[in-house]
Amino acid sequence: MTAPAELDLPAVDDEVVEDRPWVTIVWNDPVNLMSYVTHVLMELFGYPRSHAEKLMMDVHEKGRAVVSNGTREQMEHDVARLHARGLWATLQQD
Amino acid sequence: MRFKRRGGAIRADLEAVEADVLTSVAADLLELLGEEADADPDPLAALVGRSDGPAAAPEDPALARLLPDAYGDDDDAATEFRRYTEGDLRTGKRANAGTVLATLAPLTGRGGRLVLDRDEADAWLSCLNDLRLVLGSRLEVTEETELAARDDAPRAHALQVYGWLGWLQESLLSCLDPRT
Repeated sequence: MTAPAELDLPAVDDEVVEDRPWVTIVWNDPVNLMSYVTHVLMELFGYPRSHAEKLMMDVHEKGRAVVSNGTREQMEHDVARLHARGLWATLQQD
Repeated sequence: MRFKRRGGAIRADLEAVEADVLTSVAADLLELLGEEADADPDPLAALVGRSDGPAAAPEDPALARLLPDAYGDDDDAATEFRRYTEGDLRTGKRANAGTVLATLAPLTGRGGRLVLDRDEADAWLSCLNDLRLVLGSRLEVTEETELAARDDAPRAHALQVYGWLGWLQESLLSCLDPRT
């Protein structure tokens, strides 16, 4: 016999409240074509070409660019989609 | 061979040698992605909703580039993320390579016209990129690498293939408006 388990929900007090947003960063690599990076940023984030090209140039010239920000879960989703397209991406707290 | 758009279809005319080279490298990629990961073979894991994916990044640099860490500065978070997502990432990349091989199959050994719908063209675009990532990693390509082959050495030949794949990818991109 057993009793229904108590739901193990996290207590609100235990959660560390952090208001710093999370960011997704795309890193430069020597393989990906500039035109391909622009294409992927337009498709995944719906950015107009001018904005996607600016981000792509930041990646190319500065080595990295923040391409999106939001909750940790949203950024994990974005990183997974970028990895599926072969871009080198990570997330971190800003 | 270059990609052209005709109406809703993307097409390219391939020589036999082009179809064979593409088939060969796509099959190699499929094999690379299919290598067994360091998985935890727990049959109950799926039942309780726990993924049994691998914890560590692949040791092969080329495979590690296809399946990178999601957290650059937090090994525990990177491990957790990989455990839950790497299987899906591999599956998606294998599906793209499978589409490339399936659409090339009628052309193997003799060449001919390749005709792709938009979904197939998107799979080709991602797969061409994955192929270049693997070759670029194996060849330790940098932004300064000279791609023009000067002799018949294996590295020169591989660099030629790498450069050709980039040219193909650029030609395919020119046929595709971003889908948002």
